[in-house]
Amino acid sequence: MKALAPRTLDEALLQLTQTPDLRPLAGCTDLMVSEPEDRRDWSGVLDLRGISELRGIEWRGETLEIGAVTAFSEIRDSPEVRQSFPALAEAASRIGGWQIQNRASLGGNMANASPAGDSLPVLLVLDAQVVLVGPEGKRSVPYRDFHLGYRQTALGPGEIIGWVQLPKPPVGATQFFRKVGTREAQAISKVVVALLASVSDGQISDYRLAAGSVAETPVRLTEVEESIVGRALKPEVADLAGHLAAQAVRPIDDVRSTAEYRRFALAQVVRRMTLQLVR
Amino acid sequence: MKSELFVNGKSRVVEGHPMDRLLDILRDELGLIGTKEGCGEGECGACTVLMNGEPVLSCLIPRIQCEAATVETVEGLAAAEARAFLEGFVSDGGVQCGACTPGIIVTALALLRDNPHPDRQEVQTALAGNLCRCTGYEGIHRAFDRGAEDE
Ligand SMILES: Cc1cc2nc3c(=O)[nH]c(=O)nc-3n(C[C@H](O)[C@H](O)[C@H](O)COP(=O)(O)OP(=O)(O)OC[C@H]3O[C@@H](n4cnc5c(N)ncnc54)[C@H](O)[C@@H]3O)c2cc1C
Ligand code: FES
Ligand code: FES
Repeated sequence: MKALAPRTLDEALLQLTQTPDLRPLAGCTDLMVSEPEDRRDWSGVLDLRGISELRGIEWRGETLEIGAVTAFSEIRDSPEVRQSFPALAEAASRIGGWQIQNRASLGGNMANASPAGDSLPVLLVLDAQVVLVGPEGKRSVPYRDFHLGYRQTALGPGEIIGWVQLPKPPVGATQFFRKVGTREAQAISKVVVALLASVSDGQISDYRLAAGSVAETPVRLTEVEESIVGRALKPEVADLAGHLAAQAVRPIDDVRSTAEYRRFALAQVVRRMTLQLVR
Repeated sequence: MKSELFVNGKSRVVEGHPMDRLLDILRDELGLIGTKEGCGEGECGACTVLMNGEPVLSCLIPRIQCEAATVETVEGLAAAEARAFLEGFVSDGGVQCGACTPGIIVTALALLRDNPHPDRQEVQTALAGNLCRCTGYEGIHRAFDRGAEDE
């Protein structure tokens, strides 16, 4: 097996150009949950953890840039994230326990592309941009175009996620994050919801809603957003938002939950988040 | 592949497949069997060790990511700073079957290094990734509470 641990991004890209089917390794919290025999069959691995360019959190003008290999513990504790993107800090603090957070990366959560990935609905409502790097160079894609289908992403052969860019949220916007699981820590979400909303002159002026575990990919619920923006902020709006959200998704039954429960939980969470705007 | 790591303060050179688990390096190659395997899937925390000072799950770390790492296992920690805490942990009912104990001790000591007087909520957050099926965590909390009283 080819096992490479480059120190720089240039070195990594050279390797990926020569051998596009190298498997990138980040925190390995998804990858190592596999059969040992399968891991031995992989043709090659490329460890990204030694590449300092891919780690860290930094403002670049009006955009917060997070390296794809940055661990959730760092995101959870980052003053920049807590200040401007509290929903992301909250999601980071709910992903597994401490030991998982010390290793699990934001890029790994995205590339693994589970519909239940907890950070993903948050990135959707924050209108994140993703910078991909690979043999063909660098390209930037809106995160909402990153997930193409069940566990399918926009990553091309030999391409890796380099950075996630978060535009500064509108002044006065409120952010919410909530995951519903069997217990508080370590549980894969039955439903996970993120909302960013602003109110001005008694009206909902911005309403961005996304959810996970309710479709093949994490989804922005644009139909709900369109119906809610511009409405007067009253408790009935919260009921309507919950109702519309439940209508907008096509969840499945699986070992963790039923479609019916997921719709119900989504409606409840959306209703409560929206009610908090009223108060 | 060959790699050098620093385990409980000593340099160790090990060799094997790049995707072998740190857990197996510690137990099978270095004979440090204090680190336990529970689930082997990241769910239980029994295999917790400190890597470069942070609690991590040794069942989820491949050899290729161990090069030059500093690793502290329950053996190293129990011999040094942990004595007093460990004695309290046993007498307060923090241990029943013991399967979770090494992992809990490692996480607990990492918490106490940063935060010598954690409250219940902080202990709970720190130990969320360490499953104990026996004690209901009460004895474990008592050990922390007593640590605080003793000071
Ligand atoms: C006990 C346990 C609890 C968990 N709890 C949660 C939870 O509550 N919520 C949640 O969302 N997830 C959870 N997870 C899943 C996992 O921790 C996350 O998905 C994590 O973000 C994966 O990141 P990683 O760095 O460990 O990825 P890895 O395992 O290293 O990689 C995952 C996949 O992404 C690819 N990859 C990694 N980085 C890149 C990159 N930069 N570019 C391209 N491809 C890349 C890898 O090749 C691989 O296919 C849990 C896992 C475990 C074991
Ligand atoms: S054995 Fe590693 S977490 Fe259970
Ligand atoms: S003492 Fe038995 S699992 Fe904790």
